[in-house]
Amino acid sequence: MSLTQKIKKKPKEYAPILPKRREWPVVQLSRNQKTFIEEVILRSISRIREEAPTREALIDVLETTLYRERLRIRQNPWAVDPDDEEAFWKKVKSRLVDISAHQFTQQQQEQEVQSILQDIVSRYTREIASRFRHSYYRFARRVVTFGFSRLLNASRVKGFRSLFSTQYSLRDKIHIVGETEHLRTLAQRGTIVMVPTHFSNLDSILIGWVIHTLGLPPFIYGAGLNLFNIGIFAYFMNSLGAYKVDRRKKNKIYVETLKAYSCEALQWGIHSLFFPGGTRSRSGRIEDKLKLGLLGTAMEAQRIHYQQSERTGEPAEKIFVVPVVLNYHFVLEAPSLIRDHLEIEGQERYYVESDEYSTSYKIIKFLIKFFTKGSDISVSFGRGMDLLGNPVDEEGRSLDKRGHLISMQEYFCSGEKVTRDTQREEEYTRMLGEAILKSFYQYNRVFSSHLVAFVAFEMLRNAYPLLDIYNFLRLPEEDQIIPYPQFKAVCHAVREEIFRLCQLGKVQMAPHLEMDLDEVIDHGINNVGMYHSKRPLLKNKEGDIITMDLNTLFYYHNRLEGYHLARIILLKTEKLSEPYA
Amino acid sequence: MHKQVGVVGAGSFGSVIANILAENSSVLLYARRPEVVEEIAETRMLSGYKFHRRVIPTNDLEFLANQCHVIFPIVSSSGFRETITDLSPFLHPYHLLIHGTKGLDIKKEAEGPLNRESVRTMSEVIREESVVVRIGCLAGPNLARELAEGQPGATVVASHFAEVIQTGQKLLRTNRFQVYGNADLIGIELCGVLKNIIAIASGALSGLGLGENARALLVSRGMVEMIYLGKALGGNTEAFIGLAGVGDLVATCSSKFSRNYTVGYRLAQGETLNEIMQNMDELAEGVNTTRIVKQLADYYDVSAPITRMLYRVLFEDLPVEKALDSLMKMSFSEDVNFL
Repeated sequence: MSLTQKIKKKPKEYAPILPKRREWPVVQLSRNQKTFIEEVILRSISRIREEAPTREALIDVLETTLYRERLRIRQNPWAVDPDDEEAFWKKVKSRLVDISAHQFTQQQQEQEVQSILQDIVSRYTREIASRFRHSYYRFARRVVTFGFSRLLNASRVKGFRSLFSTQYSLRDKIHIVGETEHLRTLAQRGTIVMVPTHFSNLDSILIGWVIHTLGLPPFIYGAGLNLFNIGIFAYFMNSLGAYKVDRRKKNKIYVETLKAYSCEALQWGIHSLFFPGGTRSRSGRIEDKLKLGLLGTAMEAQRIHYQQSERTGEPAEKIFVVPVVLNYHFVLEAPSLIRDHLEIEGQERYYVESDEYSTSYKIIKFLIKFFTKGSDISVSFGRGMDLLGNPVDEEGRSLDKRGHLISMQEYFCSGEKVTRDTQREEEYTRMLGEAILKSFYQYNRVFSSHLVAFVAFEMLRNAYPLLDIYNFLRLPEEDQIIPYPQFKAVCHAVREEIFRLCQLGKVQMAPHLEMDLDEVIDHGINNVGMYHSKRPLLKNKEGDIITMDLNTLFYYHNRLEGYHLARIILLKTEKLSEPYA
Repeated sequence: MHKQVGVVGAGSFGSVIANILAENSSVLLYARRPEVVEEIAETRMLSGYKFHRRVIPTNDLEFLANQCHVIFPIVSSSGFRETITDLSPFLHPYHLLIHGTKGLDIKKEAEGPLNRESVRTMSEVIREESVVVRIGCLAGPNLARELAEGQPGATVVASHFAEVIQTGQKLLRTNRFQVYGNADLIGIELCGVLKNIIAIASGALSGLGLGENARALLVSRGMVEMIYLGKALGGNTEAFIGLAGVGDLVATCSSKFSRNYTVGYRLAQGETLNEIMQNMDELAEGVNTTRIVKQLADYYDVSAPITRMLYRVLFEDLPVEKALDSLMKMSFSEDVNFL
């Protein structure tokens, strides 16, 4: 405890950058919801028609969509699905049958397929659309801040007065670090696309709270529809400006509608949040591959801004990408995530996008535990960049490596004119993805729990070089013991390397990592996956390191993958003469 | 868009490309040395090579960058980074760069064993040193002498951007010059780079007075080696079986005029690398490439027997006959195992 107090500083207060809520972009969006939705529908239809220009091609798209949707309804129904789904697609089917029965003239056929497309797109758009309500937002925010800080104080400040104590606030649990002022400036200069790493379903609520704390207006973001199955999440999501993303629907019409929605919102200047990894990281590793679909809509919106600016002569609104890395000692869903990961990787069975087994009750229970016991969280903000991954200055101007100004518009030009080239934009999006990944690794903050989990798992793993990972994970946990002195020696070597990488700016670390090594190890072991019923790491009576669950240990270990640290452990363990397992 | 097209570098390949481009567009040709610019302007010739009337020589990189949206940097790999650094202040994101240099670059600050972090392809150098992202490369069986004579030929323009490939095709295509496109930029760059190693070996075989069976053996096993190395360094197999891979390999290994071939030939005649370098005005790219690639093969643990043997011949004075002997004694079993 002494150390956490030593490190503690009074958290900084941020004034809202847009104090009047009617100035908030999302409020403007919800006021003009009707126009917005109409524009999204128009845009989606034109995108789909561009790829399926002929009637035959469109019928093909419609039939595939119909087939997939009916399959989904039968095989993977969720509680949140509307009741009239079955009826809607039945109707689509009979209309398609009528067309193929050639009862119409050519022109009628054309009108009919267009009208079916229109119906599907509007259905999808309304399903995706968010309903931002300020009263909800205010209430949700209060619940989060007030409720949780009460809990926090109740557990730490003794006696009746604890209920009213303000000694601890959420800010003591959740450390916001990095380029926050830069983000606030950029949010006033243009539109922000925030791209966080994704480990837990709590991420979106956490980020929602952080955005408010930083004095920023609410962001909209695509939240997995499965979250809306859980009552408590649904409430928060709806209030925070979430639009719904249904990952079961992979058909072209849905995907294009979703992209049109995001692109339109960005064009309206609405700050947006994308989880570029697509889903939560199942392995526990920082994303090493991104889903580029939604990022691509930012590229498109930026190009459209430049095209409009060329026509009107007005300066173009700029879009900035801000990477965010979330760090936890504990991820509620770790056991099920790592199970999914091993199943996908091991190809034991075909993997179905599943509805989480979580319930509101489970989540509340977790939150109470979280706020009454230890376990800190850090949210670390990277520097903003433009859509090509170039850094931007305080004014939001793009800079090259030598610090010279770059005209962003010129990236979208052929010769002197801004042109539309979808292949070029796809390639730019891929480059942006690489820049985001690089910054994720750079802004990742190493916690004590990451260190101990990484070292323990690698040491155990090295003892069985002949087993593949699946067989290794099936070994009985009770046989796995690492003598403390060896463990400490390897932790020391790995920590030295982390210090070095930190100096080079390749990673960041929490201040607690600089404590005395024994303290760091204890801190790590006490925190890593601390609320799991089977703890990933413990000390036995002799003070040696044991594990109750190799799978979750693997999960927490993966957090430090990608920094070439395993090499050091191998070298170090070879030097330690005695066998440790 | 009727802009001029820029070529940076008035070496033999740069001059030939400038002439081909001049059939479709007006061309600005940059030469580093002012006296070369003067010579071209006055005589319309350089080293006996006659320039198209639409090729205008210049010594001004800023002027060239302002006039041209599309620029072809074609300078030796040893001067490549420096040239791009000089050009960089005048480059904008709207520029398209298609380079024609077949070598590798070692970063100055590189320490420890060489790996892909420290060894860059030319397109990666352009990315690092400038704001240009729309980058492509030229590769293929393009022996400068034959192109200069106006013989029919073909080339590959590789880029991640369809726009770059199309622009390259539009600018370079003539009645005697075919232009293919490929999206594997790194793979195609590596084809051009790695074949230079095999070209030296091919010269060495001739220097030993060996015939076509031996050359066919070299070309086909060299191809396999290129694929292994290429994959380890970030390319795809497909690139190597196309025009820029097998096509260029066959042409370079058969040509008696290339610098790489000459180095090999003279090595087999018993000369050392130092002696050869003393009277060659331009360095053969393959020598430097062999040095770099051997270290990369070590780092990534790639089987590359020809490269390793050639390395010993070039830098450790192993006689060519001995190298050949050892190669023939190695045990290889499978013919094709890379597809």
